[in-house]
Amino acid sequence: MDITVNILLTIATAATPLLIAAIGELVVERSGVLNLGVEGMMIMGAVAGFGAGYLTGSPWIGLLAAIAMGALFSLLFAVMTLSLATNQVATGLSLTLLGLGLSGMMGTSFVGQPGERLPNLYIPVLTDIPVVGKLLFGQDPIFYISIALTAAVTWFLFRTRTGLTLRSIGDSHTSAHALGIKVIRYRYLAVIFGGACAGLAGGHLSLVYTPQWVENMSAGRGWIALALVVFASWRPWRVLAGAYIFGAVWIGQLHAQAFGIPVPSQMLSSLPYLATVVVLVLISRNKRLTMMNTPASLGQPFVPDR
Amino acid sequence: MKKLLIALMTTTAALSMAASAQAADKLKACWVYVGPIGDFGYSYQHDQGRLEVEKALGDKVETAYLENVSEGPDAERAFERLARENCKIIFGTSFGFMDAEVKVAKKFPKVMFEHATGFKTGDNLGVYNARFYEGRYVLGQIAAKESKSGVAGYIVSFPIPEVVMGINSFMLGAQSINPNFKAKIVWVNSWFDPGKEADAAKALFDQGADIIVQHTDSTAALQVAEERKLHGFGQSSDMIKFAPKAQLTSLTDEWGPYYISRVQAAIDGTWKPDNVWLGIKDGAVKMAPYTNMPDDVKAMAEATEKKIAGGWNPLTGPIAKQDGPAWLKDGEVADDGTLLGMNFYVKGVDDKLPQ
Repeated sequence: MDITVNILLTIATAATPLLIAAIGELVVERSGVLNLGVEGMMIMGAVAGFGAGYLTGSPWIGLLAAIAMGALFSLLFAVMTLSLATNQVATGLSLTLLGLGLSGMMGTSFVGQPGERLPNLYIPVLTDIPVVGKLLFGQDPIFYISIALTAAVTWFLFRTRTGLTLRSIGDSHTSAHALGIKVIRYRYLAVIFGGACAGLAGGHLSLVYTPQWVENMSAGRGWIALALVVFASWRPWRVLAGAYIFGAVWIGQLHAQAFGIPVPSQMLSSLPYLATVVVLVLISRNKRLTMMNTPASLGQPFVPDR
Repeated sequence: MKKLLIALMTTTAALSMAASAQAADKLKACWVYVGPIGDFGYSYQHDQGRLEVEKALGDKVETAYLENVSEGPDAERAFERLARENCKIIFGTSFGFMDAEVKVAKKFPKVMFEHATGFKTGDNLGVYNARFYEGRYVLGQIAAKESKSGVAGYIVSFPIPEVVMGINSFMLGAQSINPNFKAKIVWVNSWFDPGKEADAAKALFDQGADIIVQHTDSTAALQVAEERKLHGFGQSSDMIKFAPKAQLTSLTDEWGPYYISRVQAAIDGTWKPDNVWLGIKDGAVKMAPYTNMPDDVKAMAEATEKKIAGGWNPLTGPIAKQDGPAWLKDGEVADDGTLLGMNFYVKGVDDKLPQ
C-alpha cells in the first residue's frame, strides 16, 4: 500500500509543473496569442524563485518572486507582439532563448548552493489518516494551487462574461474590436497571467521538485506544457488529464525499468510522449468540436484600425 | 543568446589584445565545454581546472572558454574560432568533439590540441581521460557494506563504454563484499535532467533499494536520499552541502593538476601530444571525504583506495561475463582497448544492456 501512495505522490509532483504552465498558456491561446516562450518564462521563474528563497531564507517569498518574474518576463513578449505587432512565433522563440541564457547568468552565484524547500501541507489528524491522508492533505502547496487553478480557469472561461469576451477575442479579434472590446488590453492581461503561471511552474521546480538551481533545469518541460495545450484541444480538464497521464507513464516507465522489465530503455523513455498524444487525440477525435475549441485567430497579429 | 554574448566578449577581447601589445608574453589557453559551467557537475569541474591554471600560472597565461557547445558542426566552428583568436593550446572536454577537433587540428598545425575521453590522436593532438571506474569499485564496496536490503539503485545516462565500465566496476566491488548484492538499473537517457533523476531515485527507493549511485550530473537524486533518510554517492563534484546526512562519498573529477602541467609544458615549449589515462594515483579521480559511515567501512574504503593508488587494477580476473563465459582469466588485467569499447556486463548485473 505504501508503495502505491508513494508512486501516486511522485506522479503528482511530476505532473504539477506541466499542469500549471499549460493552464496559463491555455488562457493565453484562448485569447488568440501564441506564446512559445513558456520554457523561457519557466526557467526565469525557477531562478528567481530559488534566488529569492535562498537570499531571504523563505521559500514563500521565493514562490512570490517566481510568479512575479514570470509575469514581468512575459510583459516583454506582450509589448513586442501586442503593442509592436511583431511575429508571435519568432518573438516567443527568442523569449525562450533569452530566458535560458539570462537565467544562467543571473544564477551563477547560486550554483552548488542548497536551497529552500516549500514544506508539505500538514494538518494534524487529517494528514495522519492512512493512505488517503497523505494524498489529500499532505502534499506540497503548489499541488493544491494547480488543482484550484484548473477549476478557476474552467469557471472563468466558460461561466463568466469576461471569459466569454476573452474567448471571442481569440476567435475573431476584428469582430471583437468592432464591438468595442479592448482587444489589446485583454490580451495583455492574458499574456501576463500565462507568464505568472509559467513562473509559478518554474518555482515548483526549484522550490519543491528539486530544490536547487542549475542551468537548463526545466529540461524541456515548457515545451511539453505547450504541446499539452494543443493536444487537449484548449480544454482545462483535458490539460489536467494530459499532465497526469504524462506524469503517470513517466513515473511508470522508471518503475518498469527498476523492476527489470526487459524492454529497451529508449523505448520506455518515449512512452510518456506517445501515450499522452494518443490518449488526448482519442479524446479530441470529434472534429467539429475540436474546430470549435480552436481559437480561430491564434497567432495572428492584431493592429487596430482606428 | 549567452553564446552570442560570450562570442562578442571574446572577439572584443581578442581585438583589444591584438591592439594593446604583442609584447605581453602570455600564452593563451582555451577550453570548450559541452555543458554550462553552472551544471555543478562535469563541465563545472573542467572549469574549476581552468581556474586552477589561472591561479597557478598567474600572468604567464591567459584563458578563455566556450560553454554549451553542442557536439557536431557547432563544435568545429568553436575550435576554429578559438584557434584563430590566438589560442595556443585548446582543450576539448567532451567525447563528441573528437572528429571536429581532429579536423581543426590538421588546419592549425601550430596550435596544440588536447581532447578528453577520445581515442584519435595526431601530430598536434593529444588525448587524456580519467579512470573513474577505479573510484566506482570503492563505491561498490561501501554500498555492499552499508546497504541493509542488499540492493542499490543505479541511475545511468547512456549506454556508452564509460558508463558500462562504471556499472561493471561497481558491481565487482560490491560482490567482493556481498556476492549476492543486486543493483537495480534505471536509464534516464539524459546527462542532465534534475527532475527525472529525482523521479528515478524515488522509483528505485520505492522498490527496495536503499543506496543510490548515479552516472548523471545533478544533485537531485542525493536530495531525495536525504529526504528519505537513506544514502547515496555524489558525482563529479563534492555534493555534501546538498545531502549532509545522505552522502557517503563522492566520485570527483580533478582536472587542475593535469591542466597546469600541460599548459606549463606549452609555455616551456616541451609540449608533445600524449595519450594519458589518469586515475586515483594521479589525483585526477578523487574520493570526497568518507562520511555518514562507521569507522570500519571507512577504513576499508581507504584501504581499497590506497591499493588502487598503489597500482592494483580493480578489473583483474577472474571475471566472467554476464551470460557466463570467462572474460578475464585468474590474474589477468583488463586492457585499455577493451575497456574503451566495453559493451557487455559482467556476471551479476541484473539488467539487459540497451544496444
